[in-house]
Amino acid sequence: MSTPEQVAATRPTGGDEAIGSPRPTRGLRSDALRRLRRNPMAVVGFTLILIFVGVAVFAPWIAPYSPKDNSWLSEVRPGAYPGPSAEHWLGIDPLGRDVFSRLVYGARQSLLIGVVSLAVGATVGVGIGLLAGAFGGWVDTVVMRLVDIMLSVPGLLFAIAIAAMLGQSLTSVMIAIAVVNIPIFARLLRGEMLGQRAADYVLAARSLGISRAGIVFRHVLPNSFTPVIVQGTLTLALAIVEAAGLAFLGLSGSDPSAPEWGRMLTDAQVALTSAPQLALYPGLAIVLAALGFTLLGESLREALDPKLRR
Amino acid sequence: MSFLRVRDLTVTFTRPGQAPVRAVDGVTFDVGSGQSVGIVGESGSGKSVTSLAVMRLLPARNVQVTGSIELGDQDLLALSARQMRDVRGRDVAMIFQDPMTSLNPVLTVGRQLVEVIVRHDGRSVAEARRDAQALLERVGIPDPARRLREYPHQLSGGMRQRVMIAIAVACRPRLLIADEPTTALDVTIQAQILDLLRDLVEESGSALVMITHDLGVVAGLCERVHVMYSGRIVESAPATGLFARPAHPYTDGLLRSIPRIDDEERGMLHTIRGSVRDVVAWEHGCAFQPRCDHAVESCLGGPPPVHDLTGAPGHRVRCPRPVHPATPATGTGRSEGSA
Repeated sequence: MSTPEQVAATRPTGGDEAIGSPRPTRGLRSDALRRLRRNPMAVVGFTLILIFVGVAVFAPWIAPYSPKDNSWLSEVRPGAYPGPSAEHWLGIDPLGRDVFSRLVYGARQSLLIGVVSLAVGATVGVGIGLLAGAFGGWVDTVVMRLVDIMLSVPGLLFAIAIAAMLGQSLTSVMIAIAVVNIPIFARLLRGEMLGQRAADYVLAARSLGISRAGIVFRHVLPNSFTPVIVQGTLTLALAIVEAAGLAFLGLSGSDPSAPEWGRMLTDAQVALTSAPQLALYPGLAIVLAALGFTLLGESLREALDPKLRR
Repeated sequence: MSFLRVRDLTVTFTRPGQAPVRAVDGVTFDVGSGQSVGIVGESGSGKSVTSLAVMRLLPARNVQVTGSIELGDQDLLALSARQMRDVRGRDVAMIFQDPMTSLNPVLTVGRQLVEVIVRHDGRSVAEARRDAQALLERVGIPDPARRLREYPHQLSGGMRQRVMIAIAVACRPRLLIADEPTTALDVTIQAQILDLLRDLVEESGSALVMITHDLGVVAGLCERVHVMYSGRIVESAPATGLFARPAHPYTDGLLRSIPRIDDEERGMLHTIRGSVRDVVAWEHGCAFQPRCDHAVESCLGGPPPVHDLTGAPGHRVRCPRPVHPATPATGTGRSEGSA
């Protein structure tokens, strides 16, 4: 019988110990972060998001005028809208307001809707997915059929129905977008958890008498969460587009002067032939903000995908 | 009395619309306290299913387990799921085949060790961490304090298997089941891991069930060996007796298939013809009959009885025409048991 010291001393020659990692301790997450920094797609996406969030947060300091100030109405003639100038960088809209200021404040609205609807949708969706994935069996069957029903209704139509039901307000837009996202998160997490439940390390944990809750929360859930993070990022992009869509359709609130990219598109409609740039600005803003989150989401997926890891 | 007593264990996989598959068929064996027992067989012989059945880790749906499994004074098949969870890891623990996938990739090695110690020993996390470090040191991992903070992907295969072993022995179980613990490792590491297992078992006095397809592993580690074929034990013997005088044609074929470095003739390696899929249902005769060189017509006349080999105490074989000349005693009709 040998002491631990002997055991350690007699066997360091095998390839076994020699291959040990010489690098300092590092987790999977920081590994992914390193890969992310090297990916130009991620850097571009992150920069776009940074600009978007920065503009939203510092809107009052960036915008030269109030977004609702229509004191330049007198300068507007039907068919002739003042273009870019030193006072009004992006010109004046058909209702006599500063376009640049409205664009800047619009970022606020978009970010708010995106973040709140994501938070609500992801939380509820993850909860439902966790329920189905943790219990399986008939709980899974019942819950997932309900989710299937939610999923079978086209997203935008669903959102319009909810907005119509709850009345036109910012809150109903956020609820609508959140509800549309619930089944996506629920299905994603549930599927991932079912897959992980069959993993060897789960069998090993069960063979050690770990409780059911311990297995779900310490073993299965943390290993199933990566796609949820990726989906969350992509969902933000979608939420911004959906919010603009709902605003464009006039479902976003009772105050027609509220600065909103979707509503700016609506307002630009009357001037589309004479001043198409008025539609271009909010359109570009929507695309760039959504692109930022999409790029980051896609590169997150790549960075976290264990199949690409080596 | 033996510590683990498995009697007439039968595991049947049923699937709606398909014929049921009997993966383990009336298996009976004993493991004494501190005894090392090998279960040998090829893929599909039912050895892994046997071990999972003992741990009660087979899925509840579409699986039927009958017979009895007693561990100490507990009837494992009668325990509630909660009671069984208390038994797992505390009284009996298992080491799995693939250390690359058997550790949770998102938890540090330390947390996985601590989780088990806290679960069964009811110690504080700080105490458990100290224990964990001592355990890693005991299983021969250099710089254990640092390794505790590392993730599985930062460790080599051999290291991970050492960690798995540390986790399995953390709560000093009285029975350790090792399901092909060295199959996924390369040969030099295999020897180290087997040495470690032998040392740990000797030191702690716990019993060991070694499941393997490698007769060499059994020879070096086990006192008693059961050879499984198509869900049944076909031969049980003390390890020395089995290697000196294999009685079942299947065991004999396996032993002769091992290449020997001192072999005179440098010809083809010996093989057992056919494949595991050429099977006769045990009710109709010997499952090995289609591949057996000694088979006679009577091998298909009902299930072959189990014999004690004369002059070889504790050596039992499920074959009416054993390879080695010792005349079989009259069949006792009992299924095989231990010495």
